[in-house]
Parts: sequence; structure tokens; C-alpha cells
Amino acid sequence: MDAGLLERVRERLAGEGLEPAFAHGLLAVPLPRERLLSVVKMLRDGFGFDLFLDVTAVDWPGRDPRFDVVFHFYSTRGHQRVRLKTTVTEADPVVDSLVPLYGSAAFMERECHDMYGIRFRGNEDLRPILLYEGFQGHPLRKDYPKDREQPLVRYRE
Amino acid sequence: MNAAHERTGAFEYLTTRKDELVGWARKFSIFPYPFVTACCAMEFMSVSSTMYDTDRFGAALPRFSPRQSDLMMVVGTITHKQAPILKKVYEQMCEPKWVMAFGVCATSGGFYRNYAALQGIDKVIPVDVYIPGCPPRPESVIDGIMQLQDKIAHSRHPIINEKF
Repeated sequence: MDAGLLERVRERLAGEGLEPAFAHGLLAVPLPRERLLSVVKMLRDGFGFDLFLDVTAVDWPGRDPRFDVVFHFYSTRGHQRVRLKTTVTEADPVVDSLVPLYGSAAFMERECHDMYGIRFRGNEDLRPILLYEGFQGHPLRKDYPKDREQPLVRYRE
Repeated sequence: MNAAHERTGAFEYLTTRKDELVGWARKFSIFPYPFVTACCAMEFMSVSSTMYDTDRFGAALPRFSPRQSDLMMVVGTITHKQAPILKKVYEQMCEPKWVMAFGVCATSGGFYRNYAALQGIDKVIPVDVYIPGCPPRPESVIDGIMQLQDKIAHSRHPIINEKF
């Protein structure tokens, strides 16, 4: 466990004009989406955050920008976690893909695209992974009716 | 003297109805096809193994080809994405065939009411026995098998060809 790792990351990011803060034992960093790729590259190459844990989104209906896109990273040597959080609008829900940096990102970005309709610039393969072809809408958005079903088989009479 | 023609006096002849005879034979040779998708599988293993032992009812030997099976046990949640597969497997089974909805998810969707879960497999295929519970107790499964046996024993078994 590298106790000083997160503090070094915090100093470095604070020096670049970001506002990292500790939350629940990890470092949470809000940042604009334009800086996502450069910060992730710095975390991976400079601080050894070699494992991409997950990307997901949070829908805030009524807020503008509407979506948070949240990334988690882990250092398998330092045993520390970092969370990056960026925002996108409903009209332009696009962030840069992390596929050039982490191959596993391809699948998690597909899931995030399924569930929230976030598009990842640079990920060429955003086919449905948990949903199926022809599914309309994005079920984890708050405005998706919670009992709307899209059956693939015609129901019996 | 030919032993085959020797009269012993007991059970030389038996008169019965054809439907009763065929039903009696069929109800003790239910070959299940486990269509297992979720956590009810644990309870399925429990009910089919030594402690509760569905073999006592002739329903223990799972066939992993639908073409060789009589009873499809749908064990677990069926999603809309899974429903076409369920229907295809059902259609591949030979007559006569029966379906058991094992657990509350297969019966009605259970506590899943969302974009993903099918609200009961009877929307897609016909069901003979519903077993409630999340998961069902082995006793309820055995009760379901016995109800199905009664149903088989008391139903018509149409003549298959001119010889039978």
C-alpha cells in the first residue's frame, strides 16, 4: 500500500488547475471532458494506475449538463484508487474513448452506451452488449419508463 | 411342457384403458430438460440430488438435448433477450412435452419489473405447472412434479399410429 501515492497525484493535479479531493478513501477529480485523455495518460504512465475498473454515468434529469460520466482507476502496485468525473450535455453526450490506453475499456464503454446513450469518440464498436439490436432508448436514463418492455418474441394470445 | 404357456393363475391378463396404461407409463418416465438461467439452479441441484431425489418420481435423468426430453424445467429469470432461445428450445422438444415454471421469476417475472425481464414464461410458451417461491422449497418442487404426474395420468394420450 503506497500511502503517499494519492497525495502526490493530488499535488500534481492541483498544480494543473484541477480540484482533486479525497472522498471515501479515494481521490475524486472533477474535470472538463477535454482534459480527460491527457489526465488518464498521466495517471497511467506517471503514477502506475494500470487497471481501468469501470466507466459509468449518472443521469441528473433537469440539470444542465445532464450527465456525469465517471471513471475509476486502480493501481495494482500502489493499491490505490482514483475517480475521474466529467460532465456532458444531453444534446452532445460525447467523451473521448479510453480504448487507445486500456483495451478493456471497449466493453465497458459499450455497456455505458447501452444504458445511458453516452457516445465514446474513438470507440468504433458501440454495438449493444447487454441489450439487443433494435432496442429503442437507454433504459438507465431516468426518463425511460420503468415498465416499458420491448419483447423480441410475439406474446401468446 | 413349454413354460411360456404354463398357467400360474396370477396376472395372466390385464384389462385397462389405453390412456390409463400410457399415462401410467409416461408419468414415471419424465425426462427433464433443465433450462437453467439463474440462482434457482441451486435449489434445482438440491431437489434433484440425494436428499430430496426426484428420481423417486422417475424425473431425475436430465437430458441435455431438448429432442430427448419430456419436461422443460425453466429454472430462473428469463429476459427478453433470452426469450427467443427459450421458444426455440421448446419448439425443438418432441411431443408429448410439458413445461414447469420453476420459481417466481419464471412464473411471473417475480420482483423484476423493468426493461429486461420477461413477465412470466407463459407469455411465450404454454406452462403446465407453476411453482412459487424465491427459491421454491424442494417440497414444493416435488409437489409440482406430483401434480404434473397426476395431470399426465389423467390426460388423453392419442393414438400415434394404426398399431397403437
